[in-house]
Amino acid sequence: MLRIDGLTKTYKTGDKALSDVSFEAPKGQVIGLIGPSGAGKSTLIRCINRLVEPSSGAVWLNDINLAALRTGELRRARRRIGMIFQEYALVERLTVMENVLSGRLGYVGFWRSFTRRYPGADIANAYRLLDRVGLMAHADKRADALSGGQRQRVGIARALAQDPELLLIDEPTASLDPKTSRQIMRLIVEICRERDLPAIINIHDVVLAQQFSDRIIGLQSGRMVFDGPPSGLTEAVLTQIYGEEDWTAMRQGASEDAEAEAEEKAQAEKMLRAL
Amino acid sequence: MSTAYPTTWRKPPQMIQSRGWRIALAVGAIAYLVLAVGSVEVNWARVIAGMERAQRFIAGFLQPDFTTRWRDISNGLMESLTMTFTSTVVGVLISIPIGVGAARNVAPAWVYYICRSIIAASRALQEIIVAIFFVALFGFGAFAGFLTLTFATIGFIGKLLAEDIEDIDEAQAEAIRATGASWLQLINYAIQPQVMPRLIGLSLYRLDINFRESAVIGIVGAGGIGAALSTSLSRYEYSSAGAILLIIIAIVMVAEYSSGYLRKWVK
Repeated sequence: MLRIDGLTKTYKTGDKALSDVSFEAPKGQVIGLIGPSGAGKSTLIRCINRLVEPSSGAVWLNDINLAALRTGELRRARRRIGMIFQEYALVERLTVMENVLSGRLGYVGFWRSFTRRYPGADIANAYRLLDRVGLMAHADKRADALSGGQRQRVGIARALAQDPELLLIDEPTASLDPKTSRQIMRLIVEICRERDLPAIINIHDVVLAQQFSDRIIGLQSGRMVFDGPPSGLTEAVLTQIYGEEDWTAMRQGASEDAEAEAEEKAQAEKMLRAL
Repeated sequence: MSTAYPTTWRKPPQMIQSRGWRIALAVGAIAYLVLAVGSVEVNWARVIAGMERAQRFIAGFLQPDFTTRWRDISNGLMESLTMTFTSTVVGVLISIPIGVGAARNVAPAWVYYICRSIIAASRALQEIIVAIFFVALFGFGAFAGFLTLTFATIGFIGKLLAEDIEDIDEAQAEAIRATGASWLQLINYAIQPQVMPRLIGLSLYRLDINFRESAVIGIVGAGGIGAALSTSLSRYEYSSAGAILLIIIAIVMVAEYSSGYLRKWVK
């Protein structure tokens, strides 16, 4: 279980990215973290595994305060926190298998990882995960030979190879098309259910967040302004998080598209007239 | 209701705003150039004598003599090639840890400053100066040349490798760091795959630079083909010198072509 207590991050430039964020993430709960760009979503999840150093506050994973660990202990703690990234962050020139096995780096010594001689159990597990995300046939391909959706699946397999107790997921669908986005979100949620894993998903797309998470946390300039079930995201709440906007239009994707099209048409007509 | 927009546009001056200063600077620069060229003393008699020698040199170049001094040439060539290859391999091996240490994003500050100063020292000294120094220390011959080229390779590869490491895609390194990987594992899994093709390319490039340099430093006594060239020039054996130059050109071209091909292949 994860418990965040008074987490604050002030960057060297003086920008306050997070102020006094506290919440708990029980087992198996998928938390959608929403908020406008620059609200501190990325900073928040990076403060948990300390890719970004928090300025103050505590991050309890089970009985360990991650914020207080020294380098060696931090590496050991990071092994149990899987992370999935926006642009997949696969090592492009390594094979798919190497990318998945890199999830075991914290568990094996340097020499083993250098010679790529992982323990049999790790290799079997890596194949099992590749099979789970449907990429069994691609194990020996180089990561840059895959499509976006496939790469994100490799990213998921890598995070799961760590045998995590917590998943941190940073904009998993930001560079994917709508259909692939939904498939990836569904896969993530299924896996969290299977393994009873808590997950914090930092996500731009409000509709997607509502559809797939158990709980929504809204950030606005580094402060938590909403914490509740997806159904609690009323127009008033969205306005509080993101500012004034036509939220009904956003919910109806189709009507939004139509609107954009109409606007484009008007623009084209305007240009024709100008000519 | 249309507004009258201007129909002409000129690019505003980018560096110096005032017109007076622009003219003054241009006139000043031209005046200095004229005076400077005027101050170069030219001994025309010597130039004419030089032209004569150039003619003989070109004649020798057109009728290269590979046979008369073939023993000297082939020995020098072997020495140069050995020196080039060994110094590139040793230099690259030494420059890898130094290059990693000189990359701000993977090395702690104190290591960074040490490695940067090693690189700066190596780059500040031109090969010929280093060669003269090593020849004075260890005597004439290929060993001084080997040390010189190794030293120069460290600065070259170290600097470019460090810059390449600083330019990597940080997201990949972040992802590997997030798995709990150690520093060595981070280098092996996130950095090495990203910089390897460029490191191979740079090493091949350095190999052909080292060959060319081996010809130059030979002239100051560091052995190799340069020593043979220097000897034949000082004996006025221009046809042997021409042969040596042709061989150097041929080898450089082969190195250039094959390294280009290899670099494309390792992408």
